[in-house]
Amino acid sequence: MPRIKVARKSTAIDMTAMCDVAFLLLTFFILTATARQPEALAVDTPASTTLIKLPETDIATLTIGQGKVFFGVKGQNVRALTLEKVGNAYGIKFTPEEIQRFSVMESFGVPIGNLKQIIKLSGPERNKEGLQTGIPADSVNNRASELNEWILQARYATKELNNKDMRLSIKGDAKEEYPTIKKVINILQVQNVNKFSLITSMRATEK
Amino acid sequence: MAELDTSGGGKHKGGKVRSKKQSTRVDLTAMVDLAFLLITFFMLTTTLSKPQAMDLAMPDKNEDKPDTQLEVADNRSMTILLGSGNKVEWYMGSVDKPLTPPAVIGFGSKGIRKAIIENKKKVLAETGDPKKGLIVLIKPSEKSRYVNLVDILDEMKVSDVDRYAIVDITQPEIGLLKRENIF
Repeated sequence: MPRIKVARKSTAIDMTAMCDVAFLLLTFFILTATARQPEALAVDTPASTTLIKLPETDIATLTIGQGKVFFGVKGQNVRALTLEKVGNAYGIKFTPEEIQRFSVMESFGVPIGNLKQIIKLSGPERNKEGLQTGIPADSVNNRASELNEWILQARYATKELNNKDMRLSIKGDAKEEYPTIKKVINILQVQNVNKFSLITSMRATEK
Repeated sequence: MAELDTSGGGKHKGGKVRSKKQSTRVDLTAMVDLAFLLITFFMLTTTLSKPQAMDLAMPDKNEDKPDTQLEVADNRSMTILLGSGNKVEWYMGSVDKPLTPPAVIGFGSKGIRKAIIENKKKVLAETGDPKKGLIVLIKPSEKSRYVNLVDILDEMKVSDVDRYAIVDITQPEIGLLKRENIF
């Protein structure tokens, strides 16, 4: 009797299709990923269990760290209009080129007097440690602080361009002492902004 | 899984020397591995990097009409003082006549969360009305850090306390913190 021979199959699998799918997905994720903008002031946000994501538009972020306050608002046209309005309030004229350069700055933190110098610098130079000293948050001679002016004008600009109320968010460093935070919250409350968001990173539900 | 050589080695004894036929198949395993590794990386970074927003509503200042300030019943109000070194001090009632002695405690599920949940139950049992629940007053001192504030607000969310406010600290309360060496 002849023995039944079991056909020996090759163990190799055709990987071509798998490879195709993998690269398709890879391409998709690379394209949808948004590149992280370099930050002028690096902060380490505290963690919380909140799961609400931050909105992408009509929002201004106050970055607080090392006792300094940085200000940034979303949207290039909003930024341009804000700069114009703040310039008017302080009697400083900005050229169209300066406004254009300012409108691509994610956030900044200098007194208005030094703003022109910062605008002139290139991106990497701007973000050098210690160059930007923060926006003055104290009121001087009965005049509201510069930070107050920036927030107010950004709110006007957002309302004018997008017809929406601007939301405010605070991105504070975990180690920041409370008085600095309180100062900023007070500025917001003076403007009757009683609702704002604190930006946090994610934490698992149970510690 | 490496590709096996299935071409069958030749036993060429004499005869013509044929040029060996090379397989056109390329081993894609390593390539697929790499692709999936990158996919995993991009997937995780895109979804996780978006920051969370914790909404916070502050009480209206009402500086022009101070008479609208609400009186809070002593037995319903719990005051949490944020001190230095990630420590908090809490008591029920008012600072001059606290219903419970002020206690220093840490953060986390074994610390302040336990106290909040216990007090919440106690207040509910006392008033018997779910609308008259616990009210938490958060008073950050000047020595506390931002992370403490976020942590305590997070505790409010975790233990489901819907009435809380951030209030300025008063002098007697700073005294309490000083006594406990956390100011």
